[in-house]
Amino acid sequence: MSATLAERRDPAPPPPDPSSRRLTERVFRVRESGILAVLVVFAGITAAIQPRFLDSQNIQFVLINTTVFALLALGETMVVVSRNVDLSIGSVLGLSAYLSTRLFSQVHGIPIPAVFAVGLAIGLACGVANGLMVSLGRVPSLVVTLATLYIIRGIDILIVGGNEVVAQSLPNTFANIPQDTVLGIPDLAIVVAVIVALGAYYMRSFRSGRELYAIGSNPDAARLAGIPVGKRIFTAFAVSGALAGLAGVLWAAEYQTIDSTAGTGYELLVVSAVVVGGVAIFGGSGTAVGAAIGALLLSTINSALNVLGIAPFWDQAIAGFLLLLAITLDRVISLRLAAALRLRSSHRAS
Amino acid sequence: MRPARDGDIGQPADGSSPAGVPAAPPAGTAAGSLISQNADPGGESPGAALLSLRHVAKSFGAVQAITDGSIELYAGEAHALVGENGAGKSTMVKILAGVHQPDSGTFLIDGEPVVLHGPAAARDAGLAIIYQEPTLFPDLTVAENIFMGRQPLRAGRRIDIRSMRARSAELFERLGVPLDPARICRGLSIADQQIVEIGKALSLNARVIVMDEPTAALSALEVARLFEVVRALRAAGAAVLFISHRLEEVFEICQRVTVMRDGRQVLSSEHAGLTAADLVRAMVGRDMPDRSAGEQSAPGQNVLSVEHLTREGVFTDISFGVRAGEIVAFAGLVGSGRSEVARAIFGIDRYDAGSVTMSGRKLRRGSPADAMAAGVGLVPEDRRQQGLVMDMSIQQNMTLASLSRLRHAGLISAAAERAFATDWATRLQLKYGRLADPVARLSGGNQQKVVLGKWLGRKPTLLIVDEPTRGIDINTKAEVHQMLSRLASDGVAILMISSELPEVLHVSDRILVMREGRLTAEISRADASEETIMSAATGQIQAQAS
Repeated sequence: MSATLAERRDPAPPPPDPSSRRLTERVFRVRESGILAVLVVFAGITAAIQPRFLDSQNIQFVLINTTVFALLALGETMVVVSRNVDLSIGSVLGLSAYLSTRLFSQVHGIPIPAVFAVGLAIGLACGVANGLMVSLGRVPSLVVTLATLYIIRGIDILIVGGNEVVAQSLPNTFANIPQDTVLGIPDLAIVVAVIVALGAYYMRSFRSGRELYAIGSNPDAARLAGIPVGKRIFTAFAVSGALAGLAGVLWAAEYQTIDSTAGTGYELLVVSAVVVGGVAIFGGSGTAVGAAIGALLLSTINSALNVLGIAPFWDQAIAGFLLLLAITLDRVISLRLAAALRLRSSHRAS
Repeated sequence: MRPARDGDIGQPADGSSPAGVPAAPPAGTAAGSLISQNADPGGESPGAALLSLRHVAKSFGAVQAITDGSIELYAGEAHALVGENGAGKSTMVKILAGVHQPDSGTFLIDGEPVVLHGPAAARDAGLAIIYQEPTLFPDLTVAENIFMGRQPLRAGRRIDIRSMRARSAELFERLGVPLDPARICRGLSIADQQIVEIGKALSLNARVIVMDEPTAALSALEVARLFEVVRALRAAGAAVLFISHRLEEVFEICQRVTVMRDGRQVLSSEHAGLTAADLVRAMVGRDMPDRSAGEQSAPGQNVLSVEHLTREGVFTDISFGVRAGEIVAFAGLVGSGRSEVARAIFGIDRYDAGSVTMSGRKLRRGSPADAMAAGVGLVPEDRRQQGLVMDMSIQQNMTLASLSRLRHAGLISAAAERAFATDWATRLQLKYGRLADPVARLSGGNQQKVVLGKWLGRKPTLLIVDEPTRGIDINTKAEVHQMLSRLASDGVAILMISSELPEVLHVSDRILVMREGRLTAEISRADASEETIMSAATGQIQAQAS
């Protein structure tokens, strides 16, 4: 219990107590800088063992690898913050990657932006389907997107069959996209960083963005506050789908061989990245920037194991371990924080 | 014990029951200069009322929540809506809030019929609702909670966080509360949460403000501040609909009152000429039995003894005992540490020093299982969060603490569970549809009865009840008090935390008073009065220490 008015007996209200704000802000800053610290320490240790890890080529590789994950993580953040989850993104990525790049051999001279637009549209269509079922059908998103994870993958397999899009069918301008750099930083990484920053800014500074947090924090209260809950959740799924579609085209540019297994298992990696990046799995808090850092951490680990010659099996084990660590830390921090805030306000009285 | 009232809400008692007050048309004379001529609920003077609901009905499945609800609100008045739990007050509030749409009847604002399709529509029509249970976003800041959906904007439709915080700070200044707009809501006390809700309603500049039991969690001083706000709102021409079970508050702050019983309006009148007894009679449909003092029973052995219990920063050096057959009240201001002591005794919270002994056996610290095994039951303060699993059925909630006794070969017997729940529902005179209904569907008082039944079913030797009658109507409150007295005369030791002084004085044999984490007084029933308790609770005089 906190202090009551009877105990705050000052005749005029004192200015708002800044100490509790400083405490909460510090903890939230720590939450994201904590992941950054893990990232730096991890990179440092790896580089000490194998200096090749910090080669510009390897850094570029890690960054390119992160772009796909970071895009997916942005969409997933919007969904998870609203207390939902999108498990279909791996399948959406696969379908979009195949259907969009097959156009290069079907339509001669098709401009590259058109291919990106097609990928985006395919993803958007999948996201709209998810969003309609969750918001109108009131089916839990876990069930809906688990179903569409299999359905979309099934459609993908039906269309692709035993075929694949091979590197030779892709125009050079497209295949070279991941190699283009500015000052040693891949163009793609810059573009994706801008997209993530815009997404984070939207979620922070616009009403509809804040409403996603409100919905995730207390869905009943959100309804009572007049927030169009269904519409917001629908939008989050549509955006998540569209970003997965876009990520599919990037994935194709990066790997250049697209068969029916493209993107399998990405959904769980992305959910891990998002949670490791400080987004609360039951919604209400976390940022897209944190999620992107989480994605960067996971691909850094992947690359480090590669460079150190450790069996890739460890990659998934470490991702799982980090996930547990993040969730445990999150829980401990929020419990401590609540206790500290309570204590602080009861101390204010005496 | 209660004639003709035991049917469920689906079968409302006939409005003209023998002892009932016939639905009186509102008195016609205006008391205050701001109150215009009242209209009959049937209504032939449109335009006079700022808002009116006439003869509305609303049912949920088989349950008829409102059969004939009418209310008229005028600019510049505070209007009380009173009635027992289950009388339909909360449904009326939800209709005003746009959460529910009435099945029939008319809803007029400024004399124009309106249909509110949702909470946003109600807000746009100038209605602000303060719900009984705070509806906040725990992860967001106080300022965001106040302005959610209508945040001040700057260029490019971006949220102007700075101005949002400044405006929140202004609101808190008006309320005289030092709340930090930039802190997140998680961890706020119920009273502070309520203040955020009030701030939200103020920020809307609404013409009609509905307050559903705003004072249930507030201390006396906070209530006084709230009443100042209500008066200021009235002066500014707003109408305030005030729902409370505390009739003295109703008389203090409201000019007119509407009474509901069993889903219909039974009385709507000005206060002038009405007494509390009139209201109670209208609410329950008969005269209340004279509330005689609880039977004094000869207390037996010490069941609970607490010695030098200390939890850093929360409470210090608490020592007391409770004997079998004795009701000991824990009085003090909200936040003085009473609930925390109870939680430590029950093992929910750890303590740093001291000991808790039950019937000679020392309890392990931090182990509710050990406390339960020793015969301790705890009816917590916040029944929705801590006392009940809202999505589970009445039956499942009732049996939750007694599952081990309903087991046959490791499986829970459905028949035994049902018999257990039926038994307690009857004994507690629970008003319900079916035992399989989710407990969330019950009214507040009936939910509290379910929590009580859950613990009574274990036949505790010590029952700790924390604010057992908060937000419960008068009739159910009397039932709860009788139940506590009966338990005590059966030899159960009872520790009751209560912020309502009349309740403390009425029910308990002995009163312990806490202030700022310390036990400041122990007062026997004979010496107890509101003055002695309040002075010990606020530290005005140092009564004899324990």
